[in-house]
Amino acid sequence: MRIALFVTCLADTLYPRVGQATVRLLERLGHQVSFPRAQTCCGQMHVNTGYQRQALALVRRHVAVFGDCEAVVVPSGSCAGSIRHQHAMVARRFGDEALARRAQEVAKRTFELSELLVDVLGVEDVGAYYPHRVTYHPTCHSLRMLAVGDRPLRLLRNVAGIDLVELPDADVCCGFGGTFAVKNGDMSTAMLADKMRNVLSTGAEICTAGDSSCLMHIGGGLSRLRTGTRTVHLAEILAATQVRT
Amino acid sequence: MTTFLGLPTAPRGVGHLRGSEPFPAAASRALDDAQLRRNLGKATATIRGKRARVVAELPDWEELREAGRAIKAHTMAHLDQYLEQMETEFTARGGTVHWARDAAEANRIVTDLVQATGAKEVVKVKSIVTDEIGLNDALAAAGIEPVETDLAELIVQLGHDRPSHILVPAIHRNRSEIREIFLREMAGVDPHLTDQPAALAEAARLHLRRKFLAARVGISGANFAVARTGTLCVVESEGNGRMCLTLPRTLITVMGIEKVVPAFADLGVFLQLLPRSATGERMNPYTSMWTGVTPGDGPQQVHLVLLDNGRTAVLADQTGRQALHCIRCSACLNVCPVYERAGGHAYGSVYPGPIGAVLSPMLTGIEDNASLPYASTLCGACYDVCPVKIDIPSILVHLRARKVAESRTGIRLPDAEALTMAAAGWVMSSPARFGAAQRASRLGRLFARRGRISRLPPPLAAWTAARDAPVPPPETFRQWWRRERERGADAGT
Repeated sequence: MRIALFVTCLADTLYPRVGQATVRLLERLGHQVSFPRAQTCCGQMHVNTGYQRQALALVRRHVAVFGDCEAVVVPSGSCAGSIRHQHAMVARRFGDEALARRAQEVAKRTFELSELLVDVLGVEDVGAYYPHRVTYHPTCHSLRMLAVGDRPLRLLRNVAGIDLVELPDADVCCGFGGTFAVKNGDMSTAMLADKMRNVLSTGAEICTAGDSSCLMHIGGGLSRLRTGTRTVHLAEILAATQVRT
Repeated sequence: MTTFLGLPTAPRGVGHLRGSEPFPAAASRALDDAQLRRNLGKATATIRGKRARVVAELPDWEELREAGRAIKAHTMAHLDQYLEQMETEFTARGGTVHWARDAAEANRIVTDLVQATGAKEVVKVKSIVTDEIGLNDALAAAGIEPVETDLAELIVQLGHDRPSHILVPAIHRNRSEIREIFLREMAGVDPHLTDQPAALAEAARLHLRRKFLAARVGISGANFAVARTGTLCVVESEGNGRMCLTLPRTLITVMGIEKVVPAFADLGVFLQLLPRSATGERMNPYTSMWTGVTPGDGPQQVHLVLLDNGRTAVLADQTGRQALHCIRCSACLNVCPVYERAGGHAYGSVYPGPIGAVLSPMLTGIEDNASLPYASTLCGACYDVCPVKIDIPSILVHLRARKVAESRTGIRLPDAEALTMAAAGWVMSSPARFGAAQRASRLGRLFARRGRISRLPPPLAAWTAARDAPVPPPETFRQWWRRERERGADAGT
């Protein structure tokens, strides 16, 4: 299958290894990955902060860039959620019904990584090898906006060598929330403290999730406290193999 | 983009819909209160667990939610007709209907009605709407003493405190704090009162029994009003409501205009949804309904005050109007990680938590509660538990857009956030500019010490106050792609 990668602005700039892992994983599974270079950002930060007019241009760009793709993969539940639930809404807010319809078409062919693997490509065992103790945080937008359910966990359970441990209160938000982390910094920190307490209680060396943004927040807290536990994106675990491909 | 000028919002200077400081500041202070954190964490976890158990019992829960949503959406679309029908039917059965444009008008109507009876004391059923309009303050100013008879409301009233939860107004108090309040404020209380729940309830019971038997006027809110029969309905757990609704000669009910439902059968849906979502009970202990006056039995003078106080302005907002579907169950408060840590007072309004974060700014106008739409991570837990499927995250996002749009109409310079967002939008709307910005972000590497960034200048200083920031990589993804995949070829564009 020909799959276009929407790497997300965050992974592109700060976590290129997440994009690289997504490419490596999908190519290993026999698919052809393209990277439309005119892509930038889904506009979620603008929409969620109240700047829908600025987001409109980004929606227009996204729809133009990915309009002809057969399938689009996004290594982020949050950005996939924005494309699916916000792009058409933004277009309609400014009276552009044609754009709204095209945005809905793109959204239908856009998948978060675990959705693409399980639902579209029909794989749960991607042949990964990852000999570490790992706990999984189901990010809110993956869990509730996209309803990915246990797809990421099904993928992780099939990883060879992994010691997957359950995260207590897993479905409680980590406190990131985009600009919330800055606008309500103390509250964000209090929520992060509880998330870290639960992560550390598992004895895991790695906390994984399907969103670089939440992982940046959780990982930033774990690093600040010198906990020795770090965060790794789901794509990186699924891309890892015993013999480097 | 629609603007919502013209329809009146709840007036300033009366009632309790506005806080004295923005949410982040109030929440920060609450976060420092270890006892409050403990009380709230324990109480919300208990109610969350109970709710989850009884909701899981019903195989048709999702269908019930959808039915509740549909009934409310239909009613809101024909609200004028149902309200007039309610007035007609209530009047035909011996009641009197009063229309109140806002809090001040409602307070005046109720005060006049009480004064006409000559009563100097009124007993009150737990009612958020009367707290919304500040009725107790208005009555006290007219020399009338309002007596709260719900146990938690009594605790709040005796403690000269404010409610912090829609359903459990004293959720921020533990039993030893309640004991201290009773010992200090309750006339004639047993000085050896313990903090055992049964002992505290018994003290309140003795105190209130005297009030019930002497009361000539009762004041209530309403959970539902049935337009077709003119019936009012109050659900409660303690029986204090039943006392207030049946013993006094005069009964005055204040009700927001959104509480009406078309027919009696609709209660079949809501009386299943509400107790399971609210207290985690299959059925609430007391369901009181009254239809006008029954000669010789119960109150002989019944009044209904229909209150707008900004609700029509909410109705005019196509995205936000679903907030009027709320049946005040508080499930969204109990499940909200922000509410659980901040408590209700931080929201500054009688409607706290996720539903308050959307309802309060729409009732008052956004500028008076501008920080509330941002008091959420948009995690969506509230939407999942809402018994009438109010899409609170979408309304929050919508209100943020309204806030930004409305502050743009004022004559003032754009703030730092608006400039940042405009700049980010400009950068992101061109891959070339985005690439340049990415290269510039690598300057962030200068802040790195031993592989981590622990301090950044404002506005990013708020991030590094509690978290390390990622060190920008030597190469972005698109640079890697170009180097690895596009050497000489023009693949992938």
